[in-house]
Amino acid sequence: MQTLKKSADALEKLMRMIFTVCGFIAVAFVLLITVFLIVSGTPAIGEIGITDFLFGTEWASTAKEPLYGILPFILTSVYGTFGAILIGVPLGILCAVFLTKIAGKKLSAFVSGAVNLMSGIPSVVYGLVGMIVIVPAVREVFGLPDGANLLSAILVLAVMILPSVISVSETAIRAVPKEYEEASLALGATKTETIFKVILPAAKSGILASAVLGIGRAIGEAMAVMMVAGNVANMPGIFKSVRFLTTAVTSEMSYSSGLQRQALFSVALVLFVFIMVINLILNLVVKREKK
Amino acid sequence: MRGLKKVCSTLIAAGLVMGVLSGCSTEEEVNTVSTDGSTSMESVISFLSEAYMDKNSDVKVTYNPTGSGSGIQAVQEGRCDIGLSSRNLKDEEKESLNETVVALDGIAIIVHPENSVEDLKVEQIAKVYKGEITNWKELGGDDAPIVCIGREAASGTRDGFESITGTEDSCKYAQELTSTGDVVQTVSSNPNAIGYASLASVSDSVKAISVEGVKPSNDTILSGDYKIQRNFVLVTPKDKDLSDTAQAFYDFCLSKDADEYITKAGAVPVAK
Repeated sequence: MQTLKKSADALEKLMRMIFTVCGFIAVAFVLLITVFLIVSGTPAIGEIGITDFLFGTEWASTAKEPLYGILPFILTSVYGTFGAILIGVPLGILCAVFLTKIAGKKLSAFVSGAVNLMSGIPSVVYGLVGMIVIVPAVREVFGLPDGANLLSAILVLAVMILPSVISVSETAIRAVPKEYEEASLALGATKTETIFKVILPAAKSGILASAVLGIGRAIGEAMAVMMVAGNVANMPGIFKSVRFLTTAVTSEMSYSSGLQRQALFSVALVLFVFIMVINLILNLVVKREKK
Repeated sequence: MRGLKKVCSTLIAAGLVMGVLSGCSTEEEVNTVSTDGSTSMESVISFLSEAYMDKNSDVKVTYNPTGSGSGIQAVQEGRCDIGLSSRNLKDEEKESLNETVVALDGIAIIVHPENSVEDLKVEQIAKVYKGEITNWKELGGDDAPIVCIGREAASGTRDGFESITGTEDSCKYAQELTSTGDVVQTVSSNPNAIGYASLASVSDSVKAISVEGVKPSNDTILSGDYKIQRNFVLVTPKDKDLSDTAQAFYDFCLSKDADEYITKAGAVPVAK
C-alpha cells in the first residue's frame, strides 16, 4: 500500500514537472527570438547610424555605394495598415452586427462558418487572388499603367483582417447585456438607433481590441502583400509600387550577405518593435475592458 | 612515386566502392568538392551536384553562394576547389586561372502577347529600363506607357540583365518580383509590361521578342547571335591539379551526361 502511494506520488511529481516545462516553452521561445533579434539587429543600426537607418529615404542595398534608409518601408507599413483598418474594421463591425442582431440562427451559423473558413485560408492564396484579380482590376478602374501598388495591398489586407475583426467584435457585441437592448427598444428607439447608440457604444472596448488585432495582422503580413504591392522601395503613394517592412526582409534575405544581411535583421527588429507595441496596446485595451 | 600514389588511391577508392556495394558498414570517408561563387549559377550547380551525388554517394559537393568575384578570389587563395563565375575572367585573372564554359545563360526579353513590338536593340532596352523611353509609341508600338518588370536586387538574372545592358543600379522598375514565374505571370496579365526571364522559363502566355533581329533560342544562344546572354564559367587554378574527386566532378559537369541537368536548370549546355 505504502509503495503504491509512493509511486503515485512520484508520478504526480513527474507530471507536474512536465507540465511546468511545457508551460515555459512559449516563454523560452519568445525570449530566444527577442534576444536573437536584438543581438543580430543592432550591429547594422550602429554601423549605418540610427538616423540614417530609420529616416533615410533611399534603400539601395546592392548598389556600389549602398544606402540603407528604411523610412519608405516604415511609412508603407504604417499607411498600408491604416488603410486596411479604415476599410476592414467598419466592414467587420457591421458584419458582426449582422451576425448577432439581424440574421436568424440558421443564417448566422452559415455566415459564421464562412468567416471561420476565411481565417483558415493561407495568405499565399489571398496573394494569388489579389495578383490575378485585384491588381488588373485596379489597373483598369483607375486607368493606371500598372496595378501593383499600395492600393491593391490595402484591399488585400482589408479582406485578410476581416475574420479576426469579425470574431472579436462578435464576442464583444454578444457580451452586451440583453436588458440594454430591450430597454432601448421599450423607450421607442428603432432597431438601427439601438444598434448604433446603445449596443456598439457598450461594446466599445471589445471593438477597439478587434481593430488593434487587425492592425497586428496587417502589419505582419508578408506573403500576400509581396504578390500585389510591386516591391519597389519607393516612398509610399497610393498608386505607387511600394515595399513593406515584411517584404523588405523576405525579398532580399535569401541572397544577401555582409552588411546588407545585417541590415535586414535590423528591419526585422524594427518590425518586431512595432508588433510588441501593438500587443502592449491590445493588452491595455483588454485590461480596461475587464475593469 | 606519384604514379604509385595514384594507383594506391585508386585501389583504396575501389575498395571503398566495393565495401559500399557489398553493404559492409565500414566507416567510409566522405570526399568533398567545394564550389564557391556566382549566385546566378545556383540552380545549374545544384542540379549538377545533386545528380553527381546520386551516382557517387561517397562524394559531397558543397556550394557557397558568394558572387562571381568572391568565387574567383576563393580559387586564387585555394579556399575552394572549383570557382563559379557568371562572367568571363579578366586578363589578369587568366594569368593564374583557367576558365571553362560549362553552360550559357540566355535572358529573354518578354512582353504581353498582344504587344505589336517584335524587335528591340540592346540600347533601346537599356533606355526603357533607365526610364528614358516611357511609351511604347517610341518603339513602334501602341500609345501606352511602358511598365518595367524586374527581379529583386539580389537576383542573378537581374545581375545578368543589368550587366549586359549596362544598366547597373540605374533601372527604374515598376515592380521587383522575387521569382521568374512571378515575372512571367505579371507580364502575361499586363498589356503594357516588359520583363526579363531565363529563356527556359518563358511560356506561351508571353511573347519573347527578338533582340537586334535575332529570336532567342538554344541555337541562337549557342551561336552567339542572340546578344542578351552570358557564360557560366568553371574556374580552376593553373598551377596545381584538382584533387581526384574534384577532377571527376569537373569532368562530369563538362560531359554529355550533364546536358540534361543543365537544361533542367534553365541554362543552355555548350556544344560538345
